[in-house]
Amino acid sequence: MIVPYSHVLVLSGLLFLMGMVCATTRRNLIMIVVGLEIMLNAASIAFIGAALKWGTLDGQAVAIFIIAVAAAEVSIGLALIVAVYRRTGSVDPAVLESRSA
Amino acid sequence: MTVYAILFYILAGLILITTGLAITRRNMVHTVIYLVFSFFGSAMLFYLLGAPLLAALEVIIYAGAIMILFLFIIIMMREESPETRLFVPRQWLPAAAIGLLYLALGVLLILSADPTTGEPMKLAQATPAAFGEYLFNAHWLTIEIASLLLLVALIGALHLGREGKGGDARKTEETS
Repeated sequence: MIVPYSHVLVLSGLLFLMGMVCATTRRNLIMIVVGLEIMLNAASIAFIGAALKWGTLDGQAVAIFIIAVAAAEVSIGLALIVAVYRRTGSVDPAVLESRSA
Repeated sequence: MTVYAILFYILAGLILITTGLAITRRNMVHTVIYLVFSFFGSAMLFYLLGAPLLAALEVIIYAGAIMILFLFIIIMMREESPETRLFVPRQWLPAAAIGLLYLALGVLLILSADPTTGEPMKLAQATPAAFGEYLFNAHWLTIEIASLLLLVALIGALHLGREGKGGDARKTEETS
């Protein structure tokens, strides 16, 4: 017997909130992508807990696809950040806003 | 309380503490190191929840590949973090308000939803062989789509990372 599923949900919800706070408050493009990674990881924790609770493998299948999507997302995101850095010399989203205006 | 429950709570505390430290660091290298700890904790949690293959993948892909990619980019930028103040109130207040709202809603939902979510879960484990067989039998189309997505990401990253376009973008900025 492990813990109830609600405790897993609370853990993944707290992690998701941490990722959201990181993505919305930090003024750095890299930290925004880090926040997205934390949110995706929190989602896969919830899915794996659900797979254990209902005794099916579907949750684990979704978690493996989340990992694939996270890998694709981080490669594109970091390539975009490098392109932006080459163009403006900064990774601050506020600088981007003022440059494009 | 069984030994598995104690393990779960220790791991959960560890993950939350390391993630909290990671998102508040000013030095991004420290952020990445703390996140590696966080993902290791997640991997152990996956093993505890009966997913050994995903635990291995979490260490290999998240803690290994993705975090090293971040580290490369941070070293390449070779720049101090542009943030003079870590949490700007103008951005911090909406985030905190929305976060607290979601937290309250989530706790309410979890408490009020399904009464069976309160029961402790039984221990079970999916062997990697069984999981792989299930994955390729039931979700083969999704696997093809995921491989296509990874190919698109590869081509996109190569295109975005090309030196040529970025170089003359800087020149056009100077002339304009």
